[in-house]
Parts: sequence; C-alpha cells; structure tokens
Amino acid sequence: MPGLNLVEQSLITGFLAGSLYGLLALGLSLSWGLLKLVNIGHFAMALLSAYLTWYFGTELGIPAWWAGAIIVPVFFVYGVALHWVFVKFRVSEMASMLITFALAIIVESFIQTIWTADFRRYSTPLADQSFMLGGLYVPKLNLLACLVAALLAVGTWGWLKFTYAGKALRACAEDAPIASAYGIDHKSLTYLLSGICAAYAGVAGVFIALIGTLAPNEIWTWIGVVFAVVIIGRLGNPVGALLGGILIGVCEALTQSAVNPAWAPLVSFSVLILLLLVKPKWI
Amino acid sequence: MDLSGNRFAGYAALAVLAAGLIAVPALDLPAFYVAFLFVLYYWVALATSWAILSGFAGYWSFGHAAFFGTGVYASATFAAKLGVPFLLTIPIAALLAAGLGAGVGFVVFRLQRLRGELFALMTISVTFVLATVVSNTPIDGGLGVYLISVQVPEVFGSSTGTFYLLGLFFAALSIWTAWKISRSKLGLGLFAIHDDEDVAEVKGVPTFRYKIWAFAISSGIAGAVGSVYAIYVSYVTVGDTFDVTVIMYPVVMTIFGGSRHWLGPAFGAVIIEAALYTAAAGPEASIGRAIVALGLILTVLLLPSGVMPSIVRLWRSIFPPRKVTYRATAPAASATASAADGAVLTIDGVKKSFGGVQALKGVSLEVRRGEILGLVGPNGSGKSTLINMITGHYPLDSGTIMFDGVPIHELPAHDIAALGIARSYQIPRPFDRLTVRANVALSGMFGAGKLDDEASVYGQAQHWMEFCGIANRADDFPPQLNLHERKFLELARALAARPRVLCLDEVLSGLNHTEVDAALDLIRRIRDNGTSIVFVEHLMRAVVALSDRVAVLNEGELIAVGTPEETMRDPHVVRVYLGDAHAA
Repeated sequence: MPGLNLVEQSLITGFLAGSLYGLLALGLSLSWGLLKLVNIGHFAMALLSAYLTWYFGTELGIPAWWAGAIIVPVFFVYGVALHWVFVKFRVSEMASMLITFALAIIVESFIQTIWTADFRRYSTPLADQSFMLGGLYVPKLNLLACLVAALLAVGTWGWLKFTYAGKALRACAEDAPIASAYGIDHKSLTYLLSGICAAYAGVAGVFIALIGTLAPNEIWTWIGVVFAVVIIGRLGNPVGALLGGILIGVCEALTQSAVNPAWAPLVSFSVLILLLLVKPKWI
Repeated sequence: MDLSGNRFAGYAALAVLAAGLIAVPALDLPAFYVAFLFVLYYWVALATSWAILSGFAGYWSFGHAAFFGTGVYASATFAAKLGVPFLLTIPIAALLAAGLGAGVGFVVFRLQRLRGELFALMTISVTFVLATVVSNTPIDGGLGVYLISVQVPEVFGSSTGTFYLLGLFFAALSIWTAWKISRSKLGLGLFAIHDDEDVAEVKGVPTFRYKIWAFAISSGIAGAVGSVYAIYVSYVTVGDTFDVTVIMYPVVMTIFGGSRHWLGPAFGAVIIEAALYTAAAGPEASIGRAIVALGLILTVLLLPSGVMPSIVRLWRSIFPPRKVTYRATAPAASATASAADGAVLTIDGVKKSFGGVQALKGVSLEVRRGEILGLVGPNGSGKSTLINMITGHYPLDSGTIMFDGVPIHELPAHDIAALGIARSYQIPRPFDRLTVRANVALSGMFGAGKLDDEASVYGQAQHWMEFCGIANRADDFPPQLNLHERKFLELARALAARPRVLCLDEVLSGLNHTEVDAALDLIRRIRDNGTSIVFVEHLMRAVVALSDRVAVLNEGELIAVGTPEETMRDPHVVRVYLGDAHAA
C-alpha cells in the first residue's frame, strides 16, 4: 500500500519539521508570555545564527557544534542587551513589536548585503544520513533537532514549574507589582529570560543551517507559521509551543503530499483563523 | 466675527495651494519632478490611510502591503486581463481591499485579550499568505503581470498627467478623510479606544464596529492607491508588491509625523521621502531600508508622539486659536423622573466565577426607580463584580438582568450604556489623551443622551463639568488633575451619559471630610433629577446618610436588604462585619 506509506512518511517528516517550528517558537512564546514583549526580531536572529553557522562551516572550517558554542553565548548577551533597551526606554508591548520588526529588517538587509540574496545550502556529512524505521525514512539531523527541541522545551517547562526563578517569572507575568511586593527581584530575572530566548534563537539557527536552505526573506515566511504555533501552544508554555509546532508541521506535510507543496504556508494560517473563530477563549 | 477673516485667509491659501498642485503637470516640468511628486503622494496616501486605524485607535497594522497588494492585483486582473476600464478598477480595488480588511478585523477584533498584538501579527501573516495565494494562482502565477496594454485617459496631454492627478487626488482624499474622521464621533471613539478600550465600550462606544469601519476605510484607500500604482508601474510582481518596505514606510512616516494627528502621517511622509531622496543617490535599496528601519527604532524610543505635537504648539503660538466659550445648557428633565414606583433594574440569580473563584453565587436584587441603593460588604464580596455584570463588562455565567423590562445580560456593554446605565470607576479611568471636556462630551455622545449636534454635546458637557465643579479644568488633560478632581471627572462623565441607573463604585474613597460632604450633596442632587443610584461604598457614615435601602453582600451572596437601620442591626451583617462575639 504505497498510499498509506506516503501518508506515514509525511507524518514522520512533518513531525520532525514541526519540532523545528517548535524550537523557533520556544523563545518567542516565552518572551511574549512572560515578558509581554512580542519579539518579531526573533526570526531574524534565528536566520542570522543559521547564516553564521553556514559561514563558519563553509568559509572558516568551524564545525556546526563549535559554531553553536560561539553563537549561543553571544546571542544570550544580545538578548540581555535588547531587554536593557526595553527597560531603559519603558517600551510598551506594542512598541516592542515595532522595534523588533525594524530589527528584523536591519538583520535581513545585513544578511542580504554580506551574503547576497542567493540560496545557500550547508552540506555536511551528516546532512544526508538517515536510517530506516519500519520501512520509513528518518533523517538523522532532523531527529537530532527534534530531540534538542524536546529537551529544551521540557527543560524550560521544568525550570518554570519547579525552580524559584521559574515560579518568580510566572508570578511576575501574572502581576509584577504584587510579585515585587513579595520581594521577587523582577528585573534581573527578566534579563536572564530575555537572554535565554535569544540563545534559543541561536540554537534554532544552527539546526536551520544544517537542515534547510537559507535565503534572507525566510524571516517573513516563518513569522506566519511560528506565530500560529505560539498561539496554538499558548503563550509562555514551552511544551505547548513544541506540540503546536508538531501539529502545524504534520498538517503542512499532509497538505504537501496531498495537495501541492506551494500551499503549505496557508495551513498554519487557516488553522489559526479556525481556532480564533471557533475558540476565541483559547487566547 | 473679527476672526472670520483669518479663517477666510486659510481657505484662500488652501485653494491657491490646490490650484498650484493641480497645475503642476501643465507646467511642462522635467518628467522627473512629476514622478517624484507622484511617489510622494503615493506615500502620503498610504501613510495617512494607515493611520486611520493604526494611528487613531492604536491598533498597529503590519499588513498595509496586503491591502495595497489587493488593489495592485485587482487592477492587474480586471484592467489587464478582463479589459475593464482602468478608472473603473479603482473602486473595485478599494472595495476588495476594504472587504479583506473588514474580514481580518472580524476575526481578530472580537478577542478579549491580546487584540492589539494578534492584530499586528495577523496582518503580517495575511500579507504573506496573500502573496502565496497570488503567486500560486493564475492571478499572477509567479511571473508577474504586464499592464502595458491598459488604456489610460490622458490629462494635460499625457498619461503622466493623469497619474499625477490621481496621486494628488488620493493623497488629498486620504488627508481629508483622516481630518473628517478625527473630528467626528467615529474619531472620538477611536481615540478613546486607543486610551482604554474597555472603558470606551462601557461608555457606549461600539468598539468592535468602529474598529472594523476604520480598518475598512484604511484598507480601502490602500487598495485604491495600489490600483493606481499598478497601472503606473505597468509591470507588477509578487515580490515587489507584498514587500516589507510597503509595510514599514507608512509606519515610520506616521510615527515620525505623529500618529494621533490627521496631518501627522502626511508630514512624516514628506520629510522622510525628501530625506530618502537626498540620500538615495548612494546606497542600494536594502541598505536604504535598513537605515529607515533604524530611524523607526530611534523614533519609537526617543520621539514616540512624533513631531506633530511640537508643530501644533508652534502653529498656535503664531496663530492663536479662536477662544471658544461654551455656554452650559441644562439637559431636558429626565423623562422617567416622575414615573411610577417599581423596579427599574431586576437582577435575578446572577452567577459568575473567575477560574475556581465564585465571585457571585446567585445574587437576586432589584433597584427601585429613583432610589439610592447602598451596596456594601467586605472586600472581595462581589460588589464590583456585580457592577461589572450590570454594565456588561463581563458576561455572566447564569441568571438574568432586566432593565425596565428589557433583558440586558446578553447585550454588549455599549448597548447597555446607550439604554441608560452608567458607572464610575473606583480608581478613575479617564481617557488620558483626551481633554477633560472631550472625556465628558464623549459620554454625552455615546451614552443614553444620544446627543449628536455639537452645540448640545458641548453645552451639556459644560453643564456637567460645572455641576461637578471641574469646569475650570475643562481644557486640561486628566493626568494633570489631582485625585479629588479625577473623582469628580468620573462623576461628570457618568452623568453626561444621562443614565437612568447610575452605578457609583467607591466615589468617596480617598476624599477628605469636606470633599465627602460635597460629594454626598452632589449625589442627592443627582437622585433628585430622577436617576436611580447604586452606590458601592465602605464609608458607613455616607451609606447611612444617603441610602434609601442597603444591600449587603458577603462572599458572593446577598445576606441582607432593607433600610439602613434594619440591615445594620441584622445579626448576619453584624457577624460578617464584627465577628460572632458581637452578633446578638
């Protein structure tokens, strides 16, 4: 039954691709849910990380894992700095969107100026390796990305749920003045979280470089998809972001195999519209 | 009337400017200047139309390219492929874009939370989804569409003249529309939505409908501009149409110019377009875009209100505005003032829980015509929740609320306000960027008074400001007022709504002894005008002095109703307030 096999294969592909969406959504969901900042620049930073990984690998001969080890801490510092600006200028939720939107445009034109608008593909020995699972083809890199996404999502969930810092952050998101009245040092925790979100963009970028094809305008393609994922997974919920990503990934893969690959971007949008119409209280 | 000359001079200057601009193509200037002006008009129209929703109501759309693009491809399809005359495609484009805008608004504006953020993100998504649809269907097919074959009527002997005039027309139309709206009831509603949408709804602004209208108008103009632009460039592609530049420029121009002023976006467009033009010789497009993006960041951080407020101040120092004096007009006596006794408001079995907390566990209560009903109870007993239920701020879980025989518990808050229920907020929630006068006038326009002519709106606003003793602060903004004045502003705007039932939520808290006495006197006079009052208060001296009846809530249940003396002696009530030891 080749038909069924095709469906199963697209389920696997979609699951793995979806976990990458989840990885991208993670940082966005956390900063939106817990810091009340909608960071459109998150996608641009992920793409920048991907380009850097690719550049380190192909031009400087630095393997992706080492590139990640350089990029992630640097991005953490960027996240802290960005939050410093937001705090310093008391940027509102809506203004944060304008600023990070502008940042996304700056990063996009930076990438375009340095690396041109051509498609880039990072071929590593691992890129084409896969194994068979019950007659289905599982690419190793995608599986690794999925595992990392799961690890980060569950780890972050545990951190928010069980540690003092995590509980404090959730309390602040609920009601910052009351939380600080209980002696929670709100400010330094938000810097930490903003740094973590940016670091997650860095991690996502490494995998995007290893798995996907890079082009500067990818930033805008992702926004629609990942934003739907964040809403579906509920704001500030890391495991929800991962599950939402997988849901969208699977739906997209099924659409691609059943209809036409070109229509995939419509999937997440339709799912989101449906959710908002049928269950507006989900938000 | 000595200043009418000034006004006449203004109109004359405007007419000369218009004639001069219209005549530009006839001057036989180098084509380059005409093209530059066309592009300028194009941005003025896009930025100004963007501001009609996004600037006035504060819902930032990142999707102007979607509506612009709808117009572009409407022309590409109707004019180039179906042979519809070009000028006829402009209204088609405008209608399609307006429809798309209204559709997006319909999905997002209903949400209770995160409306602004979701709206922004949804508009970005729409842009790129539309790009996908257009490039994967015969509308474009991925190769772009040529519009060379489209016949363009010639003005001043060339089609350039036609485009110039169309550009000028839409720039002028969008500015005129923004000006008209900013002075209309719709505009006042949008400004109120920007400041505090929930309060706007409770004051009677039909927020959902207004946002959709504003967005449809804004999108429609963008669609019309797109349609003209498509024929002007004569070859359109998905990449150039649904471009982040088209999203970003109107935003930058509007915010730089000043998003709450009708002329702000146009002013920003002129300055930024001129700056870009001077700089454009150098860097390539992507770098130019990055520089504008940097400009956006700096503007948002350093000049969030834009330059328009400073310009307005400068203008007024040169041309002082005509001093308008408002004469207070007392409103006609309330029709129900002398009506028979009986319940005006009947609350029956109202339940409400928030998550696991049952705030109201089935409360039944009636408010009689012309009475002052004191609503008391410990903190968290559900008093404010009950007020929120009556005014429609929250939907109730079960039960009914009848107002003069009309069920109101399923109505949206603005309809309840229009029927004649008003409230004041315990912590005053004025619209901070509207003057005290505008705050009070808004209630008159949207409340049960349903005033629509300017004279009676502002006349009655003056009356209520004088009634509450804040007329001397009429032209100040609420943040400049002290707590006492803000409390009386709350009262003034609740009264300006001409309610038949007025809910006062702790109006006395934070006032000193004399201020309390003044407020009590005021409340009695309000009742003497025929308004029934539900009066939430902790200050027992005031409750006993004012109330005809007192209702006591505890933990979401009504434990006693009756005259102040009866209820204060009720053992239940004594137990709740003073503990078991004091209960008889």
